[in-house]
This record gives sequence, C-alpha cells and structure tokens, in this order.
Amino acid sequence: MKRFAALFTALDRTTKTTAKVDALAAYFADAPEADRLWTVALLSGRRPRRAVTTMRLREWAAERAGLPLWLFEECYPVVGDLAETIALVLPPATGTSAASLSNWMAEIAALAQAGEPARKARILAAWDALDGTERFLFNKLITGGFRVGVSQKLMTRALARATGIGEAELAHRLMGDWTPATTTWRALIVAPDPAAALSRPYPFYLAYQIEDGPEALGDPSGWHAEYKWDGIRGQVIVRGGEHFVWSRGEELMTDRFPELAQARDFLPEGTVIDGEILGWAGDAPLPFAALQKRITRKTVPKRLLAEAPVVLCAYDLLEDAGRDIRQAPLAARRARLEALLAALPADAPLRLSPLLPFDDWAALAETRKTARGAGAEGVMLKRAAAPYLAGRKKGDWWKWKLDPLTVDAVMVYAQAGHGRRATLYTDFTFAVWDGAALVPFTKAYSGLTDAEFREITRWVRHNTLQRFGPVRQVRPEHVFEIAFEGIQKSPRHKSGIALRFPRMARWRKDKPVAEANTLDDLKALLGRYG
Amino acid sequence: MSVLTFTERGIHCPAGDFFIDPWAPVDRALVTHGHSDHARPGHRRYLATATAAPVIRHRLGGITLETVRYGETRRIGDAAVSFHPAGHVPGSAQIRVEVGGEVWVVSGDYKLEDDGLSEPFEPVRAHAFVSECTFGLPVFAWRPQAEVFAEINAWWAANAAAGRVTLLGAYSLGKAQRLLAGVDRSIGPILTHGAVEATCAVMRAQGIALPATVPVTPETDLKAYPGALVLAPPSALGAPWARRFGAAATGFASGWMALRGVRRRRAADRGFVLSDHADWAGLNAAIRNTGANRVFVTHGYTAVFRRWLAEQGHDAEIVQTAFEGESLDRAEDEA
Repeated sequence: MKRFAALFTALDRTTKTTAKVDALAAYFADAPEADRLWTVALLSGRRPRRAVTTMRLREWAAERAGLPLWLFEECYPVVGDLAETIALVLPPATGTSAASLSNWMAEIAALAQAGEPARKARILAAWDALDGTERFLFNKLITGGFRVGVSQKLMTRALARATGIGEAELAHRLMGDWTPATTTWRALIVAPDPAAALSRPYPFYLAYQIEDGPEALGDPSGWHAEYKWDGIRGQVIVRGGEHFVWSRGEELMTDRFPELAQARDFLPEGTVIDGEILGWAGDAPLPFAALQKRITRKTVPKRLLAEAPVVLCAYDLLEDAGRDIRQAPLAARRARLEALLAALPADAPLRLSPLLPFDDWAALAETRKTARGAGAEGVMLKRAAAPYLAGRKKGDWWKWKLDPLTVDAVMVYAQAGHGRRATLYTDFTFAVWDGAALVPFTKAYSGLTDAEFREITRWVRHNTLQRFGPVRQVRPEHVFEIAFEGIQKSPRHKSGIALRFPRMARWRKDKPVAEANTLDDLKALLGRYG
Repeated sequence: MSVLTFTERGIHCPAGDFFIDPWAPVDRALVTHGHSDHARPGHRRYLATATAAPVIRHRLGGITLETVRYGETRRIGDAAVSFHPAGHVPGSAQIRVEVGGEVWVVSGDYKLEDDGLSEPFEPVRAHAFVSECTFGLPVFAWRPQAEVFAEINAWWAANAAAGRVTLLGAYSLGKAQRLLAGVDRSIGPILTHGAVEATCAVMRAQGIALPATVPVTPETDLKAYPGALVLAPPSALGAPWARRFGAAATGFASGWMALRGVRRRRAADRGFVLSDHADWAGLNAAIRNTGANRVFVTHGYTAVFRRWLAEQGHDAEIVQTAFEGESLDRAEDEA
C-alpha cells in the first residue's frame, strides 16, 4: 500500500496534468502487475463494493479514538469526508504494513465476507498498521468511495507511455465489465484474449459545446445536423447471438432496458450502434424525468415498462458485420446505419435520429429554436468526413445547446459542501415569491467562482436565522439568476415543479429581493415548456 | 463579584477597571500579543510584555504602552496581575488576574510545543480559565515540528535542485519568524516580502536572533539568489507581486492544512501543517494543567468544545469575543 499511497499523494498534490501523467507512468512501469491492474481498475471507477456500513465504521472509529460518538459526528461535516475524518481522529498507528495494494484489496474482499466481530477486529488491526495517507485510502476503499482527480484519458495516456501501446487501442481494451478478479494485467493490457471482447463496447466519442455560433465551422455542406437528445448515451452491441447495452459510464444496462432485446431480432451479428436511450411515447420523446425512473431500477416492473417505454435513437454505426468501421467517414457509417434500420417495423425500439436539413447556418439557427418543442436540448453538428474518435476531442463533433431558461430567485437555505468544499457553504435552496411568501423550488450547487463561494460563506455565517442540523436558514437578501435546461410538474415538490440541471448563472447583487420572480412566472414557463 | 466579566468592549476586570485584549476603545488595555485581533488601536493606555511591546508599537504607532516582565506582579486597583508565556509568538502572554484570592487566567492564543523562538508555554494554576479553541476538534493533532520542518526542507531542497524558487506563505508575525528560525539554512538564501521583513527587523532590533534575510525590492536581482526560499504573507502568493519569481513552487504553512479539502482548494503546490495554536490534545492538556473547574471557551469550535468539557466534568461556558485565531476565513481570503 505504501507505493500506492505515494502515487496517490503525488496525484493529489498537483493540478498539473503533466505531473500526474509522469507519476502514473512511473508507477505503471515498475509496480507489481497485480497492483497495476488494481490501480487501473480503481482509476477507471471499478471500485469494490462497500465492505462495512458507515454507521459501524463511525462507531468503531469513535470507540478506538476514545471519543463519544456525538463528537465524532461533529467532526465529520468540518472535514467533509468520512474516510478522512476517521483517519484523522484515530491514534497514531503502532505498527506498519508491507502488504501491497493487491494484498489489501484481497483483505478488504475477505473482511467484507467475515462476520461482524471478525470484521471489526480486522478493520481495527488495519487502522493500527497503516499511517495517515494509507489509512485514509484504506477507509476510502472499504467504504466504496475511492475517487481521485485523474481522468480516464490521463490514465490511458500514462499507460500508453509505460507500455508503448497506442492510446486508442488501450482505451478500447479498458472498456467493459472486467474486474481485477476476472482478468490479469497480461490478459487485459498486454495480450488481450479476443473471446473476452464479446461484450466490450467501443470508447464513446464526446462532443464539445460551441461557444459562439457555428459560423467558424466553415462550409455548412460538410456537416450533418441532428437534434441533441436528452437521454442516456448508450451503445447497443449484437455479437455471438447475444445483445449488450452499455451506458457512457461503462455500466452494463442490458437488463434495465429489456425493450432493446429486440435488437437481436432485427440486427445482424456483429453490429454496434451508438445512440441515445430515450423514454418514448408515440412519435416523441418523454421528458427526462420519465427515463429517470427507469435508470434507478435494476429490473423493471411491468407497470413502469408500460408507463415509460424506451427506444434507442440511433445515430452512428461503429461495427458492421463484425468489422470495426470507426475509421470510415461519418457519411458512410450513417448510410450503412440507415440501410440497417430501414427494414425495421415502425414500432421497433430502434429509431433513426433524423438528420436536420439546412442550407446555411442561419437556417440551422432557426431549426435549433424548435429543439425544445421536439423534446431535444439543442442540435448536434458532426463533420460528414470525420472518423469516429475516442473520448472528448475537439473538432468533429459539436453540441449547440439551447440557451438555458432562467429565473431570478432568492437564497433561503445554505448548507456546507463536501470534500474540497467542506468548509464553504455551497449547497443552496432558492425560492420565488408566492404573494408575500417565499416558496422554495430548487437547490443549486454550482456556477459560482471560488471567490464568490468564500464571500457568500462569510455572509451565511453572519446572517443565519435558524439552524436545522447542517442546514442554515439565512436572511432572504440575495438574488441569484438560476439557469436550467427544462421544467416539469412534480407532485413531490412543495412548489409543484422540478427543474433539470439547475445552477447559479449569476449572483444578482444589483437586484432587490422584491424583484425576484414569482411562482406564477414559473408556472408560465411550465405551461410553455413542461 | 466575578474576577472578570464579558462585556461588549471585551473582557473586563471590575476590581482593576481594565480590559484584556478589548476590541473597542477603553481606558486601560492589557494586551496578550501583537496580532491585530488582540492588539487594536484606540486605547488610552496599554500594558504588554517587554518582548511583545516593540511589535505592538510598530503596528499601532504612537501609543502609550507600559511593559511588564513575565511573572512580575502588578497591582491594578484591587487586582493582582501577571503575564505568563503562552508560546504563541515571541512575547505572547497568558494574563493571570487575582482578586481576593480567586485566580482567573486568560489564555490569549497559545500552543504547548516549544517552537524554539517564543518563550515556551507555562502552565498557570487557576480557578477559572478563559481558553481559545481555534482547533478544538479531535481531528487536529499536530506532529512534532521537527517532522514538519524535515518535510519543508526536503521540498525546498528538491525545488532548489530543480532550479525553482520556493515561495512559502505564512503570517508575517510569528509563523514567518518560526519558519525562518526552523528551516535548514544550508539549502539556500532566504528572501522576504516587505511585510515579513518589517516584523523581522523589529524583532532583530530588540535582540531576538533571526537568520539573515534578503528583502525583496523592485531592484533585487533575483538571479543572484538561485534556489531561494521566499517567505511572504499568504495574500502575496496569489498577487502580482509573486509573478517576479516565475514558475515558483508554492506552499502554505497553517494548521488548516491538516484538512485535505482546504489543502486542495488552495492554489498552492504544498500545504504544511504547522500552527501556532494548540491542537486538540494541547487544549485539553493546558486546561487540565490549570486545575480550573470553570472554563470559558472563546474563538473556534466553541459549541463542540464546551459540550466536551462539560462531559469531562468542567463548568464550561461559551464567551463571544471578536478574536479570530488562525481564522479559516482569513486564511481563505489571503489565498
């Protein structure tokens, strides 16, 4: 664990990507293979499940530190991270451990299986053998919360440097549902077994947002336009007589969307389609909220299947007759996709994302305005001559989203953030006027600069009216412009509405509280866009 | 009548009609040390230790200030007053007030570890103790300063070897001199920001031994000082002032650096956990050693610390003051 802790410290200390890649590449070049494999797994989000409840962990840590539980609980919000709080309150370790990361991962898997008394004894023993950072990492790993500020892209770059294998090839090898228990460093990275690749998806190509209109993209005739759908990016794979559905987060969602099993009946062997999974009714997508109900369920009850059926809105073909065609130009891939889907019945759960015809950018700008009405959040622009790239790369795919909807709202509650933001108030509740009363209608956490968060934090500390546990009710004095992507009816919320992606667009210091928007304003937006 | 009372202007002694570290103008102020939340302008008369006096004069200008030696007893009205080392910064004091056989002690800011520069903290027996609790949570546990200095030295040496300037942010009174006295001077030259240098100059003039430093001015030829360590107030690190050092390695030394969240939010390469305040164990030890049953807790995690002390059998109360300690707000603002 010492070597892994040193790697973590090096990564945690810097925000410079070159320094991170250097540290990772050095580690991948000389750490034991089993540790390298675990490191790749952890950095690509393949965390072990939680091995113990956090309640037990809090109790044991407080007991070991000789503190009353309430005092431990008071420390947690100040630190903002449970694993770190535990690491800090425990007395110094009395021993050391030479066990490697993979040894510790085996121990964590074993203690998860043990009965509670044995589990407690093993955790206490671990705390006593691990120093500050090692102990913190151990706690992160047993609580299933391990995360570090390294993107998959950076890790792949470092891996490429350490192994001499190309980044794109590595990115593909790392896809799928492997775990360190089901593979080895050799089988995954060095000499992949083709049989293991049956369910493996391709790395997704991700678009950049266009900041100022699309004119800079040049001749419009070189571009395809489609609506930008608001669903779950997904890949549907038909191989070996089976089908697999993957999310962009590399989660296997085959069972979650049983409708898509029909892909097996309609698509030939060796087909991989990229598209958007959408809730669908008749001829139009359902609002995202309908899909949201489906995402959280591993298996889907019949009622929900009827209420919120899904389709794959297909826009790209990555594998055709078992052949990886990602290097072919989009226009050619699209032609093959259209041919494949042409034969499908109208009610099939696979639909083509239609191309939006346009002669010039002004015409597309007009079409973009219709997106919200079509249940989309803007338009996509894809270069017709471009291959299908991996990851977020600038140049060939652009999203041109609609400007968000906005309301001016009054801050009424504040709560401290977590982790990096633990000592700042960053989580706010906003209200609009309903007559003389302020009705809370949304929360928002992002959009302010660090300096603004510090400023509002100081203000919150001095303007608290009441405390409800970690939540502070503050003087209704500050107006913020809240931007959001959509608005829906919601019986679960007091205000009767729910927003999609709310965030703080601006701190309206110029605006008196009395001039904030009203619940009627929100209802009008609901009528227009809900 | 109580030996001390807590008023809107500050901690007051009715028997001697004086205030300790008052935040609004008063006739007679007894001042524990020179930090700006304790030594404020506008009082008619000041009393402080002889070691603390030069910095207080430097900061507050033409004030009427009388000095006292550590352990020397002064009668003020019906009160007997003495100052005792608090170990916070050079000259810092706890103030002991005895009226009719009852002893109260006001801690000011304090730490228990001997930093090699400040007069080491001296336990004083008391019936009642007014204690700061800036770091009054058990997550704060300082490592011995020798270990922290070893880390700082290793970092500085590595930066020097890589041809980079090392820019370390620290309060200009106390922390900067502690760093100056504690780092390994054989690694390279030590440069100072004007605010740090001014305080160093005051201390040198009063006979406190500090290593030689080079003040940074617009005329300073930085190339003449390869591998330098630059000591500056935290606020200077993000300011245009710091640009002259090019791609310098940056760090902060503060107790708040114990928290990963705070460390990561700072735009600095490194955070060193070094505080001039007592950690959790230090606060508890200090309170235990006074033998006081009554404890008043001021700036810091007062609500939590009060409840903890009450559970330990103390008669504990919270006192609202205008003291800030090593305030996170200020640490944030100066980033």
